[in-house]
Order: sequence, then C-alpha cells, then structure tokens
Amino acid sequence: MAQSFPEDVLEHVFSFLNYDKDRNAVSLVCKSWYEIERLCRRRIFIGNCYAVSSEIVIRRFPDVRAVELKGKPHFADFNLVPEGWGGYVYPWIVSLARAYPWLEEIKLKRMVVTDESLELISKSFKNYKVLVLLSCEGFTTDGLASIAANCRNLRELDLGESEVEDLSGHWLSHFPDNCTSLVSLNISCLGSEVSFCALERLVARCPNLKTLRLNRAVPLEKLPNLLCRAPQLVELGTGAYSAEIQSDIFSNLAEAFLGCKQLKGLSGFWDVVPAYLPAMYSVCSRITSLNLSYATAQNPDLVHFVSQCSNLQRLWVLDYIEDTGLEALAASCKDLHELRVFPSDPFDAEANVSLTEQGLVAVSEGCPKLQSVLYFCRQMSNAALVAIARNRPNMIRFRLCIIEPRAPDYLTLEPLDTGFGAIVENCKELRRLSMSGLLTDRVFEYIGTHAKKLEMLSIAFAGDSDSGLHHVLSGCESLRKLEIRDCPFGDKALLANATKLETMRSLWMSSCSVSFGACKLLGQKMPRLNVEVINERGLPDSRPESCPVEKLYVYRTIAGPRVDMPGFVWTMDEHVSSRLSRVTERRGD
Amino acid sequence: MEVGVMKMVNMLSHEAQGKKEKLDLKETELRLGLPGTDGEIMGKNLIMNYNGKRGYQETVDLKLNLSGMDQTDHHKEKNLQKEKTPAKAQVVGWPPVRSFRKNVMAVQKNGSEETTDKAGMGGATFVKVSMDGAPYLRKVDLKMYTSYQELFDALGKMFSSFTIGMIDFMNESKLMDLLNGSEYVPTYEDKDGDWMLVGDVPWKMFVESCKRLRIMKGTEAIGLAPRAMEKCKNRS
Repeated sequence: MAQSFPEDVLEHVFSFLNYDKDRNAVSLVCKSWYEIERLCRRRIFIGNCYAVSSEIVIRRFPDVRAVELKGKPHFADFNLVPEGWGGYVYPWIVSLARAYPWLEEIKLKRMVVTDESLELISKSFKNYKVLVLLSCEGFTTDGLASIAANCRNLRELDLGESEVEDLSGHWLSHFPDNCTSLVSLNISCLGSEVSFCALERLVARCPNLKTLRLNRAVPLEKLPNLLCRAPQLVELGTGAYSAEIQSDIFSNLAEAFLGCKQLKGLSGFWDVVPAYLPAMYSVCSRITSLNLSYATAQNPDLVHFVSQCSNLQRLWVLDYIEDTGLEALAASCKDLHELRVFPSDPFDAEANVSLTEQGLVAVSEGCPKLQSVLYFCRQMSNAALVAIARNRPNMIRFRLCIIEPRAPDYLTLEPLDTGFGAIVENCKELRRLSMSGLLTDRVFEYIGTHAKKLEMLSIAFAGDSDSGLHHVLSGCESLRKLEIRDCPFGDKALLANATKLETMRSLWMSSCSVSFGACKLLGQKMPRLNVEVINERGLPDSRPESCPVEKLYVYRTIAGPRVDMPGFVWTMDEHVSSRLSRVTERRGD
Repeated sequence: MEVGVMKMVNMLSHEAQGKKEKLDLKETELRLGLPGTDGEIMGKNLIMNYNGKRGYQETVDLKLNLSGMDQTDHHKEKNLQKEKTPAKAQVVGWPPVRSFRKNVMAVQKNGSEETTDKAGMGGATFVKVSMDGAPYLRKVDLKMYTSYQELFDALGKMFSSFTIGMIDFMNESKLMDLLNGSEYVPTYEDKDGDWMLVGDVPWKMFVESCKRLRIMKGTEAIGLAPRAMEKCKNRS
C-alpha cells in the first residue's frame, strides 16, 4: 500500500495510542505501520513472563521505556503454587539492562526478585524512575538500599504486599540528600522500623510526593510530623493507628489532617484505636478511596466513620462492618464503585459477626454505580443473587466467597446455580467472576450461554462432570484466564477444547481429575502451549497414563518450554512422554 | 500442657466452650450434603462430593492421600479421619485469603484481649521448610497443628521419600542413636537466630518462636545436641 502520510506523521498519531490493544491493532494494518509502531512503542505489558522471551521482545521493540511483567498464576496468592515453581525476574533484568539503557519503569507482579536483580536495576538504567513490586518475594531490605542509593531520579517505589526479608530499616537512609524526586512511596509491607528522622527529611525534601504509605512501625504520634511536611499528599497509608488516649496527640493529628486539602485516599489503620478516627473527619468528605481492610474497628465507630465519606468510590473493609453498616453505606455513599468485604475470622466455621447476604443486597440496591464486588460471607441465597443481578446490570467484577465449600442456598438448600445464572444473564458487561457455594453443571451451562464478555473465571469445589468445563471453554468467547480447584473435571473436556486454550492466557487446574496421559496428549497436540504438570510426589510409578495430576498449568507461549523448572514440574511434550513409557515398560504394564 | 491446645481443637465436642454448649451439634457441623442426606455421614467433612460420585484428590493439608482410592475406601478413610482428628480439617488455600492478610490479622489478633480459643484459631503462621537433599521448599502453617506429632506426620508426608525421626527427649540413648544415624531430624531457627532441635520446648512456645524449619541428617544435627541433652538430664 502506498503511504499517504510520512512516517513521522504516523508516529505522531500513534503516540496518542496508549492501550496495548490499540497499538496491537495498528500493527496489523500493514507492514509499514507494523514497522513504525514497533519503533515507537514505549510501554510493554507481558501478562505471563513465560509466554514470550526477552530476546523476542527486544528484537521487536527496540526502544522501550516501561515494562510490566507478571509471573506466577493467581492461585499462588493462596499457597497453591509450591515454592520454587518459577517466575524469576533476574534473566529478564539482565536482558533489559543490555537492551534498554533508557528504561524508566519496571512493574512486577508475583515474581521472584532477588537483591541481585534490584542491584542490577539500580545500576543499569541512567534515568530510572519507577519500581513497583506487587506480591513479589525473594529480596531483602539490602536490595532496597541499592535502589535508594543509586536511582537518582527515583519517582516511585511501591512494594505492594511483597514478602520482603526485613533485615533492618536502615535502607531508607540510603536515599541521598539530593534526592527530591519522589512522587510515590509505599513501604506498608515492611516490618522493621525505618529511621524516622530519615523518613521525615525525605518527605520534607520531596515537594511532589503524592502517595505515602507507611508501615506499621511508624507510630501515630509521629504522623502529624509527616503530614505537616507533605500537605500536598493525595494518598496516605497510616502506620499503626493507635496510641494512648491523650488529647494533645488527638489535637495534633486533627490539625495535621486539616492541612491536607488534597487527600483523596486513606489506608493502613493497623491496630486501630477508634477514639482516633474522628481526627480525620475534616478530610472525610473528599475521600474517594478508603482501605480499612486491616482495621479491626467495629460498629458503631466503624460505620460512623465510613458514613462521613459521602464521596466514597472505593471501600475495602472487614466484615466488622456487618449488615447494618452496609445498609448505612448504601444510604450515604451514592458514588460507590467498588466494595470489598474481607473476613475477620476466615477459619472459624461460626460467624463472629452479623454479616450476611443482606448487606450486599442493600449495597446493590442503594449504590447505582456499584460495578466491582469482592465479598466474603457465610450464607447466601439464590434470591439474594437474583436481586443483586437485577439491581446491578452494570456489574463488571463479581467475586463471592462463601466461606464453607459447597454451601447451598441457606433458605432452600438448593444449589446456587440460579443465582449465579442470574448474575451472568443480567450483567452483560461482566468481565470477572469468582463463584463459591454448592454449584452443579447447570451453572456452567448458564455461564457458557450468557457470559460472553467474561475474561476471568475462578471456580472451586463446583460442578459434577466434564460437561461443566466444556460449557465454559466452548461458550465463553472472551475468556482469558480460567482457574479451577477441586472440581470433578477431567480429560474429555480439556482435550475437546484444546484449541480454545491457545486463545487464552492460561488455565490452572488443581485437585481435579486430569490424567497424566491427557496432559501428555495435550502437550503433543498443541506445540504452542506449555502444558506444565506440577506433581510434588514425583511421576507416578504404576499406570502413569491414568493417574491424575496434582496440578496443571497450561499457557500459550511463543518461547517454548521453559528451562528454569524445579524437579517437581514437567512440561508435557515428547520428552516426558518417553520417560513415562519407560516407567510403564519397567513395571511390565 | 496440652489442655489449652486441645480446647481449641475440640470445637465440636461436648467439652467445648460455654457459648457453644447450648447449640445443637448438628447446626454447628459442616453440612455439605444435599437436603435429605444423612448428616451423620457427612458430618465434619469438607470433601464428600454431594452426589456421591468418586471423590477426587484431596488437598487437605497433607493429612490425607486419596489418589486412586475407590469409593468404599473413601468412606472408610473419612470415618477414620473423624476419630483421629476431631479438629476441623483445614483445606489448603481456602478460603482464598492471601498469606499477607492472614499474617497481619494473626498478629493483630494475638495482640488484642481476645479469649484464648479465638486467639488460637484465627490467622496463620507460615514458615518455610527445607530438607537437605530435597529439590524443593515447602511452607507450613504451624497453627494447623496442635502437637509435635501432628507436625511430624505432616512433614513425613511432605518429604515422603525420607524418614524423619521424632526426637524423644525423655530417652538419652535413643536421642544419641538418632543423632548418630542416617535418619533425618527436624531443626528450626528461632526468633534469636539460633538453630535448635525441634521438640525441646513446649509446643505453643515453639509455634511462637519458630521462624523456619530445616530437616537435616542426624549426624549434622549433633552440634545442636548439647542443649537437648541438657534438657534430657534435667528431666530425668
């Protein structure tokens, strides 16, 4: 095709495209657009670090400034992925360091990050600005010291909920005196006390600091010192929100908050002493995001505080809020988009709080913009789910966890198929769904029929047979991630829908009925999938073909089988199948 | 010493705490069957498929190994389970609460003035377990166990190709045999960074102070023996 526009005009037009989807679409128009686009793409998102190799990325995109990588599958959050499975970032950092000296941003999720990696990052990139480590592990505070010491223009350091080996709080003092560039600092996951003086001076000399999330060790009495030096803060994570009840501490705190006119988000609140909540009343009306999910405050203090935040859009809270609190929320926070209610006592079979399906129904009725829900509770009914579905056809993310596996509708003792069916039928924009409770194959039929925009589905202790899995794989056109545990799904549905798996990012199945033989077959049939079997008990000795695998992780890839697997993970391809046959021969089967 | 611990464990037993005494046992049992199924059989188990089909592999934390079991064995195993472990069986990774959150809540709970049984139940204490020669690490939640025996049973299943010797502190000669032999002994790193033999302090104290576990050859653990030997001598 003859080009109508010169290259730089096209490049300029493309620079307005920020979404990967748009850039990917543009690359497919013609060869010259592909070439122009790849030279000017600055941000890369890799949803599965094993789906592509760094060589391939670097070859296609020579001038990248921001990289985002995700490692372990989501169920790793719940200890279902054994230690040592993978997700090592170091090889990526080595390649990125060589290819992109001007790289500014690295965001990692569920990856293993070592101090070596952090040190390499700190020394390889001349204009390094952003480091975000969400749910990562493998590094210590020594690695953080390298980052603090060497990244002159660091703007963002966010440690998410990472598992950091906390050797000491001294690392923070490594920020040089001439570092004034910080915009966002999140150290909330760290246990050790950092030097408060160093922290205070750091905050004072960074005039653009907008997000500050402290760790628990920062005492409440000292919070005003920081707030006074950073009245421009937009997001604040407090440290421990407790102190002896003293009027001067209270008044200092209240005065400091009064000065924070830009504050929109609050989090932290460990060990909360309710008497200190009113110190924040002056900012409540501007608050749009509130994370009280570690705050063990109870009603009426809790609900009173939350009701003050009339412009609240996002609320994360413990089930101490109870149904009554959620009813009050529904009445006072009409702008609510997202609600997450976490369990205060998840391992107790009995309810310790009065939080039931009623609370969620009330919020779905009262909050017209509610589109994202994560809710832990101990009872649910089809009637409630149907009501929620009818109230909120605009729901986009719906994650319900009924604490007891396979709990039926507590009123009728029936499965919750009808309820979840109503959700997928009414909420046509639903992109993410997690289900729980007693569920038969029927709910999967509903999902396959109606959930056409569903991208991520999480299933546990549900279904009767392979047809459940088959409905999902054959019906959900937009499905990208499917994670299943403890369901009676087996070989048939998996093999019948093998090609579907290439259209998805990944499939996780653990404690199901998929056999080694089926995995082998899948691996052989589909060379562009990595079919990984995780079997901590090793390969089976006898009748391996029909033995069920412990855990299965299938993902599409153009990088081939990975080379960093531990001893209990096998990629099912020709090599493994010959091993399995040899085992069979030896046993004389 | 075990009494306080057993209290927590026997949630559904008749000796349970005051507030539970009034409740009908049936109501507090975990009921997972279809309406009309016999509550007795379903009882405390989380793992029966409600329509009675062949059960699938169980992930109850290392206490069960049901792969390849047929249905009759399945039932027998369940009834055995009921007798052996009156404690509620916890399923790995369920409910889906992240470890970070579990640990934070546990620390907060232990700090507050909750009643003793609540303080024990909530939250988790994950520690890494490594074994010399084994190619993988595991994590265990110490709060899932109520005694050293349970912990050793679980470790034994986790690293099933090796035999782990349980240290008998009452018997000096047995202890020396173990440490001279090729069996593996569990050791742990405590809060002060010292490596100790597992079993030399009361269980609860161990749970509070253990930072990580390492299973090593008996002969390597000899260096840790003196303290254990002292304890032996003190007791006899």
